[in-house]
Amino acid sequence: MNDERQISDAEFLAARGGRVRHYLSLYAALWRNSVIRELGFKVNFLMWIVVEALWFALQLTFIGVLYLHTDHIGTWTKWQVVALMGTSHLIQQLFTALFLTNLTALSEHIRTGKLDFMLLLPVNTRFLISFRQVDLGGFVNAASALCVIGYALHRLGHTPGIAQFAGFAVLVVVGILIHYSLMLMLSATSFWTVRAQGIVWGYYNLFNIARLPDEAFRGPFKAVFTYALPMLLVSNVPVKLLVDKLGSPLEILLLVTLAVLICVASEIVWRTALKRYTSASS
Amino acid sequence: MEKYWHVLNIGLQNTLVYRLNFLFRATFGLIPLTATIFVWRTIYAGKTDGRVGSYELAQMVSYYLVVTIVDALTAVTEDDWQIAADIKDGNISQFLLKPMDYLTYRLCLFGAGRLVYAVVALVPTVAFLWLLRADFVLPPDAATAGWFIVSVGLTALLQFLMSFTLALLAFWVLEVATFIFIAFAFEYLAGGHLFPLDILPPAVAALLDYTPFPYLTYFPVSIWLGRVPADALPHGVLVQLLWVVAAYALARLVWSRGIRKYSAVGG
Repeated sequence: MNDERQISDAEFLAARGGRVRHYLSLYAALWRNSVIRELGFKVNFLMWIVVEALWFALQLTFIGVLYLHTDHIGTWTKWQVVALMGTSHLIQQLFTALFLTNLTALSEHIRTGKLDFMLLLPVNTRFLISFRQVDLGGFVNAASALCVIGYALHRLGHTPGIAQFAGFAVLVVVGILIHYSLMLMLSATSFWTVRAQGIVWGYYNLFNIARLPDEAFRGPFKAVFTYALPMLLVSNVPVKLLVDKLGSPLEILLLVTLAVLICVASEIVWRTALKRYTSASS
Repeated sequence: MEKYWHVLNIGLQNTLVYRLNFLFRATFGLIPLTATIFVWRTIYAGKTDGRVGSYELAQMVSYYLVVTIVDALTAVTEDDWQIAADIKDGNISQFLLKPMDYLTYRLCLFGAGRLVYAVVALVPTVAFLWLLRADFVLPPDAATAGWFIVSVGLTALLQFLMSFTLALLAFWVLEVATFIFIAFAFEYLAGGHLFPLDILPPAVAALLDYTPFPYLTYFPVSIWLGRVPADALPHGVLVQLLWVVAAYALARLVWSRGIRKYSAVGG
């Protein structure tokens, strides 16, 4: 009896392991696909990296010019803000690499009825619409963001401990998860309206707020972008952890709690939206 | 001349379809603007003399507000993509046959688009200005306001002609998007979108003065804020006009070269 149960447990684990392995191999295939696609347009691929690098440099110039005229924004010093810009860029670029193209494409899939074919495939549909394409340039840009963060830490003369680095990495992942879940919810509105693409791009523009120090903001603006759309948390909290600026560990708790809530909400919205789907064509 | 009135009319009707889109864009655009203003307020709160460069807080806040106004009236949004697509898809073939000039045709559509956008953006923008009225500076006198209007008109022409020329790159390369974004980045910084150019180190600001970029945004905004001395105004507007003429000549030159290269793919 006892033996039997152990066996079934083991079987269950093996089956689940098999599923995870299955999805990992699927994802590997999607990656290969993306690499091949990018290799077809090498010059264009490099040009886009130049564009992103240029815009990043532009933001850093802005900070450089601001700090010609002041030595602090709230309590944030120049190199702390540079680290913040770097982190914001890191999160944004990783998000772009993994998810952006996929999520903005959802409304097209719905409009054209392409989603039908995805629903028919023997794969979790949310997995497919989230991971179909990888934008490799994003990883290159993320690497440049890491360099900027490293240089900023050097200028701050600050060497974070291992725990800080690990916590930073985890919070960056949490940040990407928040963006991903929020954007999935917004793209899912295309099940109701065809205008969703505009909303999604509107949200993407809000990333720009994330690179600014939270202390600058007050009132309802701060409340909305902290608790509803936590732009002012996603990159501020990891940087504060990294440079010993955290007011209290509660900030981390808030960020993680919000991430969990938003993830759960996105799954609910996704399922509700799918139920509404009634194909577009024919 | 009359045919271009028809183009303008069609342009108006076509862009009116996007009025809701425009409203979204204008409203969403206010969020990053608010964020920038918050950051400047925080910087000013930490300053003892209440000045950054030669700007007081109200002037700095107004700078960004007037940039938003000038932008609504003059920024090129879709036109460059459409022109590039027209060339790539072979659509311009029909203009080579019709007694219609493509540049003028495009200018009419651009004007119509801006007109609709400005009217739609009026509501959220005015509401926003009302909220910030305590820090919103108006032009010092009617003459300055007049010069501002002239300068904004020239800015619109300059913006259009530069985007037009850039989009004509589609005659030579398949994918112009990256070029447009790179140029836009330069314009964003050197045109004074990101911050007023005279808070830059003087040597850099002086260098920028020899480029057309300041005339894309910074110059008309400075006129509004009364920062251009009255005796320097005609000279400044004249320089702006010369840049417009130069941009027009360049656009014509690139167009005629491009047409020679053009092979009407799929057209």
